[in-house]
Amino acid sequence: MGGTTAFWYASRATGVVALLLLTAVLVLGILVNRQGRLPGLPRFAVTSLHRNISLLAVAFIAVHVLTAVLDTFVSIPLLSGVIPFASGYERLWLGLGAISFDLMLALIITSLVRGHLNRILWRSIHLLAYLCWPVAFAHSIGSSRDLQHGWLLYLALACALAVGAAILWRLASAARQLPRAARVAALLHEHSRPTATKARERIS
Amino acid sequence: MMTMAPVNQRVNETANGTANETADEPANRTAGAPAQQQRPGLPRLLPLVPGVPEDLRAHLARYGRPPYQGGRGHLIQAAEQAGLTGRGGAAFPAHRKLAIVARGRGRKVIVANGAESEPASHKDAVLLRAAPNLVLDGLQLAAEAIGASEAYLYVHPGVSAEITRALGQRAAAGLDLVSVTIAEAPPRFLAGQESALVNRLGGGPAVPTFVPPRVTERGLGGAPTLVQNVETLAHLALIARYGPRWFRALGTRNEPGSMLATLHSKVGSQVVEAEIGVPLRTLIPLEGAQAVLIGGYHGTWLPAGLIGTLTLDNAALKGHGAAVGAGVIAALPADRCGLVEAAWVVRYLAAESAGQCGPCLNGLPRMAAALAELAGRGHRRQVRADLERWSGLVTGRGACNHPDGTARFVRSTLTTFAPEIALHARGQCSAINHGAIGSRGAASYQPFLPLPDGVPMTEEDWV
Amino acid sequence: MTMVDTLRVNPINCTGHGVCAELLPELVTLDEWGYPIVDPHPVPPSLDLEARRAVAACPALALKLLRT
Repeated sequence: MGGTTAFWYASRATGVVALLLLTAVLVLGILVNRQGRLPGLPRFAVTSLHRNISLLAVAFIAVHVLTAVLDTFVSIPLLSGVIPFASGYERLWLGLGAISFDLMLALIITSLVRGHLNRILWRSIHLLAYLCWPVAFAHSIGSSRDLQHGWLLYLALACALAVGAAILWRLASAARQLPRAARVAALLHEHSRPTATKARERIS
Repeated sequence: MMTMAPVNQRVNETANGTANETADEPANRTAGAPAQQQRPGLPRLLPLVPGVPEDLRAHLARYGRPPYQGGRGHLIQAAEQAGLTGRGGAAFPAHRKLAIVARGRGRKVIVANGAESEPASHKDAVLLRAAPNLVLDGLQLAAEAIGASEAYLYVHPGVSAEITRALGQRAAAGLDLVSVTIAEAPPRFLAGQESALVNRLGGGPAVPTFVPPRVTERGLGGAPTLVQNVETLAHLALIARYGPRWFRALGTRNEPGSMLATLHSKVGSQVVEAEIGVPLRTLIPLEGAQAVLIGGYHGTWLPAGLIGTLTLDNAALKGHGAAVGAGVIAALPADRCGLVEAAWVVRYLAAESAGQCGPCLNGLPRMAAALAELAGRGHRRQVRADLERWSGLVTGRGACNHPDGTARFVRSTLTTFAPEIALHARGQCSAINHGAIGSRGAASYQPFLPLPDGVPMTEEDWV
Repeated sequence: MTMVDTLRVNPINCTGHGVCAELLPELVTLDEWGYPIVDPHPVPPSLDLEARRAVAACPALALKLLRT
């Protein structure tokens, strides 16, 4: 049971916001990959929001960690924010938090220098996002009684649902996508019928 | 609806060099070719006795051992003075490519490119069968000149057995500096493209990669790689022995030497060695031909009336938007339909797209369908405009020249066969009974331009 | 010799997101299939910043600014 100082409240609040932001980042990331659109917004908005919200999430998590450290009711070393299992208090759950934060830093730093990285390397590291979110989610549920009942629990479940649905959509879309070698044959077939309708949606 | 049928059998036999239809036989029925073959100084690459491949003993008797120079640079200088240009189609100065790779650091690779991939071209297959040692000499001499430690010979299946034998004989005679690995190319139109070739040799599919960096700077395994057409290497082997002045004894000032050309006409197909700059009418019978395709399936159609005045060199052809390319010349007989032939070619070209680049992947199949519509009976009004627009859209927007070449072929079809298009619009055809146009295998129509069967569908088709 | 920057698309990596055309309509338009048509002339200095933003924004890292 945590204390009731302002720092402790701030830590819990920023934690909840961070979870929401991370959920949005992951869903937006999938949207970028599938070339999805947000209604009413230009294409670059999807990729911009994805990047900017991820930076915002890092900022919130930094405050989340700092305020938890500053709160004196429990003793949490500063480094436990990035070094897993370095905290005596709630060692496992905070450790998961550190792991997800480390992954987040890897994702963001490699993305900031992606122009200088090998594409396949960048892509492989970026796939760690699918590990980062569940670990962050486990940390959220496990380390705070807040999220284990009431409307915060529903919020957490809604985030999980959103991520689950987005991943399922991603998998289904990939399954539908033709491999490179088959695309040309498919397009040839589509356009070879004498009464073929006008240039339909492109295959990419 | 048009479908693919077995390629014209006669053309296949030519490449296999059977007795009746030996590729370099100066058939009497082809008026021009004998004159060319018997010209003093010719043949240079092809065997002295047409149709009889030169084994190692005959090769050594005719040319001697390869003149290694024990140092780099001499051959490159000779190539520059000789003015040798690549015979793979792009006509890039050979010495420049050699020099770029020679300048590179570290490990270097050389590849003799015998995967000619163009269905209408048989010259590389004929050369590899008739004079493999000349090609292999050139490969070794070029390897010495650039300091290559790895050598490959990249060929379509079917040639490997004889080359392996030739390599074995050469090894026994101690002729080679670098050991040569034979690599097989898949039967794809793009398989011989420079970056696709390097991709394939590296274990991947034979699809092009984006340049920069060029393979001459970073190629196989990151090493500077020289990719040279087998005919170019054969010429190099002779330049190394006889010198640049000898090479320049034939040809024009800016395009010296001789070249191999694959000719298609109403009397059949053959590969000849011709002096660059000779009038095309001395090479191929043009009587009755309605149009001539120059440069292969990425080349240009020219009306027959025009071609009677033209010569086999880029300087002359450039003014008409054409180029020698890999030396394919096809004179379309009067009893064929140019639109039908062109439609089949473009469908083939579309099917052979690597499918990596959006404009090519989307544009070529649509162009194929549009051309098929023009080749049929009546067409919608906007089809020609669509074709022009798509030709412009795909040009320069792929990772390789495939869309550009296809667009060139399409545009020249639209220009040269404009009268035919007008006829078809009215439901007529100057060549054949229009109603008989059906499948490519239909007995009523004998396809003229050779095309292979089948459309690549899976990743295995590119490996 | 002046160095100029030119925009180039790697057509193999490009999957037609279309972000470049939105951010740099002066130099990039989309064809009828959604793929970018890039102005081959050197990037005018006034658009240099926008060009770099567009290059950074491409989700496929297909747009490049080549220095020649």
